[in-house]
Amino acid sequence: MAFDRLARSFLLTEIVQGMALTMKYFFKSKVTINYPYEKGPISTRFRGEHALRRYPNGEERCIACKLCEAICPALAITIEAEPREDGSRRTTRYDIDMTKCIYCGLCQEACPVDAIVEGPNFEFATETREELYYNKDKLLENGDRWESQIAANLHAEAPYR
Amino acid sequence: MIDWMGLWTSYGWPMTLMLGQIGLIIGALLFSVAYMTYAERKVMGAMQRRQGPMTVGPFGLLQPIADGLKLFSKETIIPSQAHRAVFLLAPMLTFMLALVAWAVIPVSPGWVLADINVGILYLFAISSMGVYGVIMAGWASNSRYAFLGAMRSASQMVSYEVSMGLVIVTVLLCVGSLNLTDIVEVARPWWLQVLLLPMLVVFLISILAETNRSPFDLPEGESELSGGFMVEYSAMTFALFFLGEYANMILMSGMTTILFLGGWLPPFGISFLGFVPGVIWFALKTSGVLFFYIWARATFPRYRYDQLMRLGWKIFLPFTLLWVIVIAGVLLAFDALP
Repeated sequence: MAFDRLARSFLLTEIVQGMALTMKYFFKSKVTINYPYEKGPISTRFRGEHALRRYPNGEERCIACKLCEAICPALAITIEAEPREDGSRRTTRYDIDMTKCIYCGLCQEACPVDAIVEGPNFEFATETREELYYNKDKLLENGDRWESQIAANLHAEAPYR
Repeated sequence: MIDWMGLWTSYGWPMTLMLGQIGLIIGALLFSVAYMTYAERKVMGAMQRRQGPMTVGPFGLLQPIADGLKLFSKETIIPSQAHRAVFLLAPMLTFMLALVAWAVIPVSPGWVLADINVGILYLFAISSMGVYGVIMAGWASNSRYAFLGAMRSASQMVSYEVSMGLVIVTVLLCVGSLNLTDIVEVARPWWLQVLLLPMLVVFLISILAETNRSPFDLPEGESELSGGFMVEYSAMTFALFFLGEYANMILMSGMTTILFLGGWLPPFGISFLGFVPGVIWFALKTSGVLFFYIWARATFPRYRYDQLMRLGWKIFLPFTLLWVIVIAGVLLAFDALP
């Protein structure tokens, strides 16, 4: 036994085995991707940057029920509402403080008209803090930009809601 | 009246030629060092199933240039408690010694700056002096981490030089010359090569320790000493240490190539491969040893300090001593002394 061990340590068997292992991995395919140019798949349930959606005729969906403001555990949403000239109830202010948001998705769960949603975008880093205080214009613009993907995601998730 | 033409032909022209050669060697060396860092990141990445640098240039090929520019443009910070002169001298010394050793390395027949007849002794002396740069850096930084790193480095380099010296002695016994060109060109019978194989293994492991590379990178051990002897260095002073370390790695690989792998000769004496220029063979063999460096770094965890000392003094030293005697005995018994 002692001789066996001595022989093994002098023939560096374990060292060679270890090096063979790393060499095996050297020829295996890579598991990382070249990020800014390639991106991994994301789930249809992904909770990314917020967006306010519109109906196909251009009317905004939000009816200022403030359920999202009420349920938001981080108190990131601020809404003010007034009747519009045509008598319908709409928000005059819809702010989300993205620095407070915890991306829990409760706002989109609470919304009765699927107006506020968390879209698939996760690349919205900014250079200043102020840019992360989203207002209604910014959120509606996000909605317009990501509408096709958001609609597809909502459609795919509809059977489970 | 001074004979300007005679002065030019006897002093001026040889000096220009020599400066040109020196410039060529330094240029090639710095280029190799730059792309060694790239190769290291790529190979280690592949072994960990990552991609490595990909952003700067195609396949990240311009990454070393970007890194160099970054280091050039940064500020060199000298700690207020540091000994200024020694602090600045240390990286210069390290870098200079790494370059100076290349004077005697023959990359092809006749392609050597100084074909001195004690080349291997010179190489050994220069590579041993590398420890001064480290010690000076550690002492002048006036920081505990740096000082501990420097002390570790000193004892480590001294320990492994002993067995490295004995390994070189075995090769010299087989060759009968201290000149590096002769060491490559003297033909060795196959059974002698087999006998030298264990020495090659010992030498490969010793050069890892000698250049402070993983798994023997205790002097700069990031996790315990946060950078070891170069913890206080920044920008160009750091870059000089970095260049010095990599130039030393390439030097040690070149030394392995010359001592054991047959320098610029085609492998296994296959004569029809002789049409490939010697420089290419030398570069390929050296790259092979450098690949071993990276491979070992990607594979092994760092040695503990007492394990390192045990390996050096209790295993390598007796083993190499024994092997010197065995090889000397075999050479005498078979009347194969050169």
